[in-house]
Amino acid sequence: MSRHIWDFHGGIHPPENKKQSSETSIRWAGLPERLVVPVQQHIGAPAKPCVAVGDRVLKGQKLAQAAGFVSLPVHAPTSGTVEAIELRPIQHPSGMDALCVELKPDGQDQWIEHSGLGDYTTVDKKEILNRIREAGIAGMGGAGFPSVVKLGVKPDQKIKTLILNAVECEPYITADDRLMRERADEIVQGLQIISWLIEPEEILIGIEDNKPHAVAAMEKATADTNIDVVVVPTKYPSGGEKQLIRLLTGKEVRSGGIPADVGVVCHNTGTAYAIKRAIINGEPLISRITTLTGDCVAEKGNYEVLVGTPVGWLLQQAGVKATDLHRLIMGGPMMGFAVHNMAVPVVKTTNCLLVPTAKEFPDPVPEQPCIRCGSCAQVCPVNLLPQQLYWFAKTKEFDKAAHFNLADCIECGACSYVCPSNIPLVQYYRFAKGEIRTQQQEQAKADHARQRFEARQARLAREEEEKERKRQERAKAAAAKQAQKKAAPTAKAAPTASDAESELAKLQTAAASTMKRYKEAQKALVTAEKNGSEHLEALQKKVDQLKAKADAAKDAFIAAKNADKAESNEPAAPQEDPLAALKKASADDFAAYKEAEKALEDAESNGGTDVDALKQRVAELKARSDASKAAMKEARAKEKEAIQAKNAAADPVKAAKMEVAKQQVLLKKATKALQAAKDSDAGADEVLEANVRAAEQALEAAENALKKIEEEHA
Amino acid sequence: MALLSVTSPHIHKPGNTGAFMRQVLYATIPGLLMLTYFFGFGTLVNVALAAGIAVGCETLILKLRNKPIGFYLNDYSAVVTAVLLALAIPPTAPWWLTLIGTAFAIIVAKHLYGGLGMNPFNPAMVGYVLLLISFPKEMTTWLPAAGLENSVTVPAITDTLNIILLGANPDALSGATPLDAFKTYAGQPEMLDSNAILHGVFAGFGWEWVNVAFLLGGVYLLWRKIITWHIPVGMLLALFLLSGFFNTAVDADNYPSILHHLLSGGTMLGAFFIATDPVTAATSNRGKIIYGFLIGVLTYVIRTWGGYPDAVAFSVLLMNLAAPTLDYYTQPRTYGHRKPNKGLAKSD
Repeated sequence: MSRHIWDFHGGIHPPENKKQSSETSIRWAGLPERLVVPVQQHIGAPAKPCVAVGDRVLKGQKLAQAAGFVSLPVHAPTSGTVEAIELRPIQHPSGMDALCVELKPDGQDQWIEHSGLGDYTTVDKKEILNRIREAGIAGMGGAGFPSVVKLGVKPDQKIKTLILNAVECEPYITADDRLMRERADEIVQGLQIISWLIEPEEILIGIEDNKPHAVAAMEKATADTNIDVVVVPTKYPSGGEKQLIRLLTGKEVRSGGIPADVGVVCHNTGTAYAIKRAIINGEPLISRITTLTGDCVAEKGNYEVLVGTPVGWLLQQAGVKATDLHRLIMGGPMMGFAVHNMAVPVVKTTNCLLVPTAKEFPDPVPEQPCIRCGSCAQVCPVNLLPQQLYWFAKTKEFDKAAHFNLADCIECGACSYVCPSNIPLVQYYRFAKGEIRTQQQEQAKADHARQRFEARQARLAREEEEKERKRQERAKAAAAKQAQKKAAPTAKAAPTASDAESELAKLQTAAASTMKRYKEAQKALVTAEKNGSEHLEALQKKVDQLKAKADAAKDAFIAAKNADKAESNEPAAPQEDPLAALKKASADDFAAYKEAEKALEDAESNGGTDVDALKQRVAELKARSDASKAAMKEARAKEKEAIQAKNAAADPVKAAKMEVAKQQVLLKKATKALQAAKDSDAGADEVLEANVRAAEQALEAAENALKKIEEEHA
Repeated sequence: MALLSVTSPHIHKPGNTGAFMRQVLYATIPGLLMLTYFFGFGTLVNVALAAGIAVGCETLILKLRNKPIGFYLNDYSAVVTAVLLALAIPPTAPWWLTLIGTAFAIIVAKHLYGGLGMNPFNPAMVGYVLLLISFPKEMTTWLPAAGLENSVTVPAITDTLNIILLGANPDALSGATPLDAFKTYAGQPEMLDSNAILHGVFAGFGWEWVNVAFLLGGVYLLWRKIITWHIPVGMLLALFLLSGFFNTAVDADNYPSILHHLLSGGTMLGAFFIATDPVTAATSNRGKIIYGFLIGVLTYVIRTWGGYPDAVAFSVLLMNLAAPTLDYYTQPRTYGHRKPNKGLAKSD
């Protein structure tokens, strides 16, 4: 079973310090007087409490339920009474408080009714996934990502490799080591459940070569299975998910991607164990194995600890003297975080409590200048240039830091560990990452605002355009209508006639109905008179009224009928245009004049006697022709004026402009005439001067009118 | 109860910048011993003198800059600069030469740029080049290696002290170095053949062992992971290739052998101690190879066609200028990325 092991760049070999805790069996930590169970022990949305203060709860009973897809429930670690649901200090690196359920154990440790599945393979996968979710299982390697999210394989995704991460590369921690030594079969069962869920082609267990006992135990437990135990060389951080994937498969998870993208799923040893307990035994995740180590701890070793056990109480059990306390680290020495408060509870992800003496973990020494020795770059497991990132972070050149792939930093601490200048490099990166995150959020906000503004501007412009288009369409339609009206005035007459006809019909009906009512009323009056009714007077009055009405209606009908007749006759009467008639007359007169002139010529050339008479006739005819021509011209000008007036009604601005132009021309003409008169004669003609003045006034009036109209139309 | 609140990692590899620098000092011991063996106590005296001057200058400047003196003196960087400069200057250099060179290196080349970690140029080499171009006669007066032609012995300690401290003229004792000798007699095969200076066991007499000793020191630095192999290998490879080509393919009388180049002058001191100065060198691994290689190329070019017999100092200073750019264009490929980044900002 020799399998090729790839290598990743960098890595360090810090003192392992695992022997202190790895050589004793897992012990039961005991039942504390109070359990403080945070509703958020996982990545995602906090669970919602579903019990009330004063409730008695049983062991394994849900205290809070999942609130969303990436969320998990939490359960009562033992039976007892809910004492409080309030904010308490929790396992947060920045010492935050968060909602916790405080439980007072009753000492009976009474389980809620629960049952495991004998043969899970007969059950629907969805049911198994649901059970894993309901058991509140979060990744137990440290991050606490809800395991069920990683187990629900998308239909289009094929998982080739399932990896059990049993590397445990952090110094001091031996929780997985001990778990594997003592409960290998259960871990393998859990792994098989995972495997049944995601159906991988191969199943690998990655263990560092510094845990030979665990390797032996796992090899024994997997002897009859298709699971391979792969031993990897001891190097920090081989247990990093991406590093382990690289070691075992040679694949790299794309920056910003997840392992499933390259067909790999990783689960932690403790997670596999918890899944087994959940499915086979029906137990939710209410306890875990935690390593208690460091020189302050008298009874170093691994403890099975109930979730919610306060750290202070636990350390007492392991023989930590409060006076020795110097630092308290939750997690390992490389990536763990300092805990400030002894009331903080152990949670699902607490794999280690490290309590070193001041001698063991001396206080950090002052930072010296970076000499760019590049030791950090040599050990970086993701192949960054940490010294460049440090300079960029220090000078707040965050865009450059981002360009140098700061986001890919896994904060393993290898660079800080080797830095000869004792620069807390990881802190610089956390700072820069935080600043970049803030900037990105602000940028996103600004972008959003800008998009909204731009969208609004675009919408307004679109609406304006639409309005303008409609306006133009209307203007065009109006112009077309005008043209149509001019081109075919008779066509226009038809609808008017029909309108008038219907109006006439209405009037006729009205007249008829009033007449009828009058007749009826009269009849009624006659009857009443006959019968001697007391309402005679009123009836008489009514009859009179109706008579007047009927007469009026009849009159209106007759008047309308006559008017209609007159109207309908009117277009028919002047069959020809008056202008055309004038034109014809003018042409006829001109022709007659020309004929007469010709006749005169003939007569003159022939030496006719009646030349004088002919001459007189020619002169007469000429005068007539001239007169008819003038009449025609006049009529034309009138027509033009009429059209202009019509146009003025249609487009007052244009008409006003034309008027202005006309007045300008007139003024020019008048001025010219005056000038000519002045040039030729000595004295200026008074009449001409008056003309100019009048023209000026007319122009001014026209201009004013234009201005007014333009203002109205603006 | 106050618990210490620090962020991860909580453990640290033992050591600090001072320990790092001390390793460099230890690594110079073989070379220093060889120089002393072949040229007498001059170099030892220079090293002590330079170290004292450097500490004095550093203290003065730290005081002026209101910095904690003890804290910064403890990083040993000033001493390293002084020792490297003292190893490079002739064992006959008068005291004022060491004073000027060291003071200039510490005050101008280092502190005026912002102190340790901020200087763009190698301070020892800035001091060295200042001296070389200001005082060419003093800086090129070397002694012949002891044992040359069985007649030369190292000067007595009194003579050495007279020369260094009292300004006695060393001319009577002086002799050419192998690099000088070849430059003088290039193209004259009979002169080259008969010159004992050029015929040690592998290369120039005496100098070959000095270089071997610095090579040993360099191996120690590699072993202690103070330096990486990239810069020395790049530089030596360039010298190897160029000298090999010109010596075998062009003209052996004008272009000396590979070993002559590798084991003469400041080659090994330069490759393992000078060019590898982390502050002023390129830092990415690929960048370091290119950086070292170009130093080798420049060294060969200046030695062969330039006016100076040796050229490590000039080459290093020239490449110091290129180091940041080299770094920006030789970034490693980060895990999970297809290609390495280039330059200082996203190009696409």
